[in-house]
Amino acid sequence: MSDGPKYAVEMRGVTKRFGAVTANDHIDIAVAEGSIHAVIGENGAGKSTAMNILYGFYKSDEGEILIDGRTESIETPSDAIKLGLGMVHQHFMLVETLTVTENIILGAEPLSGIAIDFANARKRVRDLSTQYGLHVDPGARVGNLSVGQQQRVEILKTLYRGARIVILDEPTAVLTPQEVSELFAILRSLRDQGKTIIIITHKLAEVLALSDNITVMRDGKVIGNLATRDATAEALARMMVGREVLLRVQKKPADPRSPLLVVQRVCLKNRDGSLALDDISFEVRAGEILAVAGVEGNGQTELIEVLAGLKRPDSGEIILEGRQVAALGPHDHKSLGVAHIPEDRHRRGLLLDFDLAENSILGLHRDPPVSGPFLLNKQFIAERAKRLIKDYDVRPPDAELPARGFSGGNQQKLIIGREFDSKPRLVLAAQPTRGVDIGAIEFIHRKIIELRDEGAAVVMVSAELDEVLSLGDRVIVLYEGRIVGEVDPKAVTEEEIGLMMTGGQKHEGRQD
Amino acid sequence: MKRIFSPLVLPITAVVAAFLFGGLIVWAVGDDPIFVYQLFFSSAFRSAEGIGYTLFYATPLIFTGLAVAVAFKCGLLNIGAEGQLITAAFATAWVGLMLPSWPALVVLVLAMLAAVAVGGMWSGIPGVLKAKFGAHEVITTIMMNFIAVGIVSYLTQYHYRRPGDAILETYPIAEVKDGAVIGPHLPRMHALLAPFGINFPEHIPLNLAFLIAIAACLIVYVFMWKTKWGYELRAVGANPLAAEYGGISTSRNIVIAMVISGMLAGMVGINEVLGYRYRYYDGFSPQYGFTGIAVALLGRNHPAGVILAAILFGALQRSALFINIFTDKVSKDWVVILQAVIILFVACEEIFRFRARRLRVAAE
Repeated sequence: MSDGPKYAVEMRGVTKRFGAVTANDHIDIAVAEGSIHAVIGENGAGKSTAMNILYGFYKSDEGEILIDGRTESIETPSDAIKLGLGMVHQHFMLVETLTVTENIILGAEPLSGIAIDFANARKRVRDLSTQYGLHVDPGARVGNLSVGQQQRVEILKTLYRGARIVILDEPTAVLTPQEVSELFAILRSLRDQGKTIIIITHKLAEVLALSDNITVMRDGKVIGNLATRDATAEALARMMVGREVLLRVQKKPADPRSPLLVVQRVCLKNRDGSLALDDISFEVRAGEILAVAGVEGNGQTELIEVLAGLKRPDSGEIILEGRQVAALGPHDHKSLGVAHIPEDRHRRGLLLDFDLAENSILGLHRDPPVSGPFLLNKQFIAERAKRLIKDYDVRPPDAELPARGFSGGNQQKLIIGREFDSKPRLVLAAQPTRGVDIGAIEFIHRKIIELRDEGAAVVMVSAELDEVLSLGDRVIVLYEGRIVGEVDPKAVTEEEIGLMMTGGQKHEGRQD
Repeated sequence: MKRIFSPLVLPITAVVAAFLFGGLIVWAVGDDPIFVYQLFFSSAFRSAEGIGYTLFYATPLIFTGLAVAVAFKCGLLNIGAEGQLITAAFATAWVGLMLPSWPALVVLVLAMLAAVAVGGMWSGIPGVLKAKFGAHEVITTIMMNFIAVGIVSYLTQYHYRRPGDAILETYPIAEVKDGAVIGPHLPRMHALLAPFGINFPEHIPLNLAFLIAIAACLIVYVFMWKTKWGYELRAVGANPLAAEYGGISTSRNIVIAMVISGMLAGMVGINEVLGYRYRYYDGFSPQYGFTGIAVALLGRNHPAGVILAAILFGALQRSALFINIFTDKVSKDWVVILQAVIILFVACEEIFRFRARRLRVAAE
């Protein structure tokens, strides 16, 4: 072998086409053995496709793959596993009703005679988990574990199958800040014991904190390979987007006026009778952004849906500009000037098979000038759609394309255009930049701040702590349906707020 | 242009593939496929008589295809068009039987309204059950079919049948005397075209109901794609959660869609009773309600597609008799096989589209 670093994985000239789309265009990626290698890029840049080719989900049209210096043909995931590759998907592939050990050995059960040798299995799982610091109870049911622990089970699964090269697809997307730092410690320990780690991500701070080398992809091509010590966040963002990007949110200090939304002692029951929202009280003033932090599933979804009129609270009051609105439906809320960016644009926000123009009137379709007494006003709709496309930079600029045909970022811009165009008084923004490219994130943040500066009140929910702290003028933390405290986004540390998000302790008393 | 033609590509492919397959069957049983297809085209389209019968057979299928399509656009599978059209047809005849001395024109209008109202009611029940209690419409509409058959057969047999009549049918509501129909009825195409100097064969039962069917397609098109209510109905079908987010009541639209669907299915009764037999004849429908599902599927749930698909199925039905008589080895059931194969191919095409979509999603 030559003097240079030994490569665990080399992809040379790998090309993959889906019909007319070239998802990977002659990409070259070389991953040094025993390193943490980050593959970064925006949605649709081709990073997941590249990893799916490496793991045998897709077959490349051209190019070759070398594992440990030898050309290998990887046709199926089981070929990849035999070669020592393991993959942890963004959406875990675990059976919730089985135990940790049962999940790990599933499909590779050790046998004694015809029976599964559980004692042996448990021992091996325990050995692996101590060796790499992946602490998790082998006998626990997976359904009872936290997301962070479930991810450890996924990593253990790959190690149990003998993986030397572990691919992680967006591993931090679902984790709390504490869990992220624990994961990083685990990944570093794996590397230090000789494993090779490939992580796919679009979070620049994490890339810089964790990786040794970086491959940047854009539009299906590899834009650059570089060592992390030579990289800066700005340079990486420029490579990913192809132009200068403002990474920090630029905003003036808030100029809050009188309270616009007052929420008093709101409770909402789940179907099983437990409380999804437990005695929630807060107010938002015109001209400020109230950010809601919390691990997903702690009542944020329900809070936004109650404020949007999609759910009626079981008790409590919601007062919007002096009017009781708790009993009103979504159409009334919209008429009163409430804009709602739903957290899941495919579930709630869009009619995917309808075209852009038809999506641009959802919620407004019943009222003039969008419709007359019977008919939709097609001409007005077409002109408005054209204007939204221009003002909100929706690409491709085709009002007759079904919503399904747009990328996530452009779908989100369409929703934001639809909701913000009527100059709302109250903005409910749930995960406004989830799954959206860096360039579009910048744009969406700017639009939200513009509305704030024009005197709208904004309630924003986000799983991204960065976003909560940079966009919020005030921040409240939800835990198990309760407000566990309010923090000053300029003063609080990620650790402090992370602790509150997991119910660790109250930071301050509840606001009156 | 692309947006008009691309939806046509796959149904046409399915029909062509089915015809090739049908030819293969003819060849396999030892007959001449080319001759059979010549027979098909000449019997269904070559003469005024052929076209007349083809369109007559297509008429009920336009109604039922449209009925299924409207429900489908709201995300509902109306399997109950059969029950809706049976009850509606009986109600049409019943109005005529109840008002023998009223002016024919008034009875005609009332009978048509009865068909629409009873069809809409028969589908409205499953609609309300779905909206209120979440009862699945596939189950409830099938059950309503059995109830419809039971009630209507009972009424026909024990209350409205001419004593001693061997056939299970009601008293007539109009009679043919010296070539003219006396009583409430829809004029036949012969009478409609005569003022224009066109001599359409008198014995062909094609009647005004065909034009009503075409008008229904137009009205449904405008309603679904040009009005705000149609927008709401389609939105519920496309994504009920997003519709709710847009302030659209899913339960209200489910009921509306089912009622409209049943009203359209009920119009089959207008063609059958007022345009053709002038009485309720039990068991008149060769499963128009179920064939309507195939028509809607092939017509991509679009009114224009429904018309074309219904005409194709009508032509197949028209030619069945001729193929039966004029070939040695092919029976008229060949036509049923062809229909089934068309449906299979259309269904396959949905699978192809689903797979193509999954590939695209995976690529992203």
